[in-house]
Amino acid sequence: MKLNYKNTAKTFDELFTQAGRARPGLSELSNFLKKESLVSLNQRQSAAEMMIRTMGITFTVYSQGENIDREWPFDIIPRTILKKEWERVQEGLVQRLTALNCFINDVYNDRKIIKDKVVPAALLDSSTNFREECVGITPQFGVWAHICGSDLIRDADGTMYVLEDNLRVPSGVSYMLENRNISKRVLPELFERYNIQPMDNYPTQLFDTLSSISPYPADFPEVAVLTPGIFNSAYFEHSFLAQRMGAELVEGSDLVVGDDDCVYMKTVGGLSRVDVIYRRIDDLFLDPEVFLKESALGVKGLMRAWSKGKVGLANAPGAGVADDKVVYTYVPEMIKYYLGEDPILPNVPSYKCEDKTQRQHVLQNLENLVVKPANESGGYGMYIGPRENKRTTAEMKRRIKANPRNYIAQPIINLSTVPTLCDNAIEPRHVDLRPFILQSDRSFVTAGGLTRVALVKGSLVVNSSQGGGSKDTWIIEEKNP
Amino acid sequence: MMLSRVAERMYWFGRYIERAENTARLLNVNTNLMLDLPKVKFIWNSLIDITGSQQAFAARFQVEDERNVVKFLLDDPSGSIKHSIEMARENVRTTREIMPNETWEKVNELYMYVPENIASGLRRTGRHQFLKDVMRSCQEITGYLAGSMSANEAYNFIKIGRNLERADMTTRIIDVGVLNLTIDENSEIKEYENILWNNVLRSSTAYQMYRQHVKDRVNGEDVCDFMINDPAFPRSVTHCLKEVQSCFETLPNPDHPLRTLAHTQRMIAGSDVISLLNEGGLHQYIDEIQEDLADIHEQLVQNWFRHDSAVLPAAADAG
Repeated sequence: MKLNYKNTAKTFDELFTQAGRARPGLSELSNFLKKESLVSLNQRQSAAEMMIRTMGITFTVYSQGENIDREWPFDIIPRTILKKEWERVQEGLVQRLTALNCFINDVYNDRKIIKDKVVPAALLDSSTNFREECVGITPQFGVWAHICGSDLIRDADGTMYVLEDNLRVPSGVSYMLENRNISKRVLPELFERYNIQPMDNYPTQLFDTLSSISPYPADFPEVAVLTPGIFNSAYFEHSFLAQRMGAELVEGSDLVVGDDDCVYMKTVGGLSRVDVIYRRIDDLFLDPEVFLKESALGVKGLMRAWSKGKVGLANAPGAGVADDKVVYTYVPEMIKYYLGEDPILPNVPSYKCEDKTQRQHVLQNLENLVVKPANESGGYGMYIGPRENKRTTAEMKRRIKANPRNYIAQPIINLSTVPTLCDNAIEPRHVDLRPFILQSDRSFVTAGGLTRVALVKGSLVVNSSQGGGSKDTWIIEEKNP
Repeated sequence: MMLSRVAERMYWFGRYIERAENTARLLNVNTNLMLDLPKVKFIWNSLIDITGSQQAFAARFQVEDERNVVKFLLDDPSGSIKHSIEMARENVRTTREIMPNETWEKVNELYMYVPENIASGLRRTGRHQFLKDVMRSCQEITGYLAGSMSANEAYNFIKIGRNLERADMTTRIIDVGVLNLTIDENSEIKEYENILWNNVLRSSTAYQMYRQHVKDRVNGEDVCDFMINDPAFPRSVTHCLKEVQSCFETLPNPDHPLRTLAHTQRMIAGSDVISLLNEGGLHQYIDEIQEDLADIHEQLVQNWFRHDSAVLPAAADAG
């Protein structure tokens, strides 16, 4: 079809330059889009949606007190990144997670980074994700966050920034893998022409990472995925990962901690020991003996089992201390402090409201900034300057002044765009990218990640619960010239 | 060793898929029968009896006519084909990691197919196709499992569910046949006796196998005997129980459920179905079998799904 593609100077388009030409190495895809008729593209889109229906790829949204299982929204036009650029990003992500793990282990043990005044002590005392119960513990290899999902965004000038690091229970990897399955079926000719990095080794890598933290690494470890159950919005993913790893998918009520402090699951043949748990429930629900007493999702005694080294937990309880918007602002300093290296991937420039000068700047320029609470995820509690009114702005000012530690502010980044099939035309839509990083005694980064796309014209909100969709992400190895 | 919770869901999955298929067949066979016997009225209410849904039906409908009964068995929220498929899907949806992917996809397809096509199932013209599609999908699911799932514990629990459900359905179909034909020796039904026993066979897909096995014309004595005692026909009670037995034997600590099962098997082997039928004792006998099937169910639930006390010694071993 004839492309009448309008990308503006204010954003970076992942496929086309300002002049409307394909970026180097990506002409196959742009030629394909130009040659294909709209009918054919729409057919491929319908085939993809049909696959999503029959394969039952869903996500759950909460609406009016009900859980609704929705089909996963997917756009067939992929987001592309050249392998050369991606390799550098991978290095940057590993560097980042290594430093974050050093930081977590440090704050629960020697607190050197605080003694050396790189990070203020007040930061931890006020962190809602700091777990007193974890002090003095060093898990296997000193690693706390074994699975991390970092959100990357690209600014108008083409710089790739890290927006946040999700260290608690990051989700989305199953959709990343399913998106690839779908696009292989609906765009087979492009897979023939391009050299696209495969990504389906993730479950194997995840299994190896989990196995490596077993208390009995010599045996074939019993790995279980702990889910809150079918009503959780990420249940599809829990089940998917358990299936792909050949691990048991367990709920809290399937597990019991014995007098020997080992964790067992209730099987048809009696109790059977579990060595590693990939837990997909939040810290506070893990163990009613230690955290929320009324939690029915967790397992009594699980913290006891973990702290005595009888079971591996991924991510370790308390790892979320580094998943905090204010701690985030210190990651570049951590990289220098622990690794003696310069950060490969930059943070989005951020203002810490706890700092007086920076706070003044934030309060004076609120209309042009995004303000984020320290411990929320999924975009909750966010203040987006240009979209707010006088009342909400005054309210935000009041909140920042009342609790400056709880807020950071960032300039608005105009996310990059990718061509997207919209009602009978291909138009630019804004995207972000969530790669997944694994770490234990080794590190691994997915080849690409989950690209989320804001399907509404001009919108920067990519969350699937708020009109966002997804795309396959292609890491393309350039052919020899 | 599989989780008790998962095992229970597999078991119910097996039961619900079988139930959906059986209900579809019952409706199909009886819709055909209606065309032969337009004057006979009891057929539709007997379907409600067979499926044991008298109460649920009475709560929604007053008249047991074709329209109401078909509507009930197709889309009632508790006793219908639609419900069985929803429950089957819910059980796989929560245990997807155990099953071959194709099975899940097929179950999911069926789950979407039923509400979209249920309207044509309500009309006589579209009903045959609709029910046939449902039966075929259920068979495909069973086929996928047989062709791509290891004969592991999960598979055995599905098979146990399927065979107990089958045995139960077979007894219900015979029971209703017996009841209808023995109510009144002189009623007009008697003239259709042969057609009705044919119908009993067809409701269990037993017609062809019966004809090959029993040389005599279709008659009540042989039909009842065949459907309860034939060792080889897949829907006979004896065969289903034999299948359940072989599954039990592969599972850990099967003693209690096996004992309960053996008791029923002995009772059936020692009974003379033909004289029971002629002396009017068959209805009561079938009641006994059904109670036994309920006991076997209860016993296996206690033994493998809710065995909290039974696991303690194993815990000590594992430690």
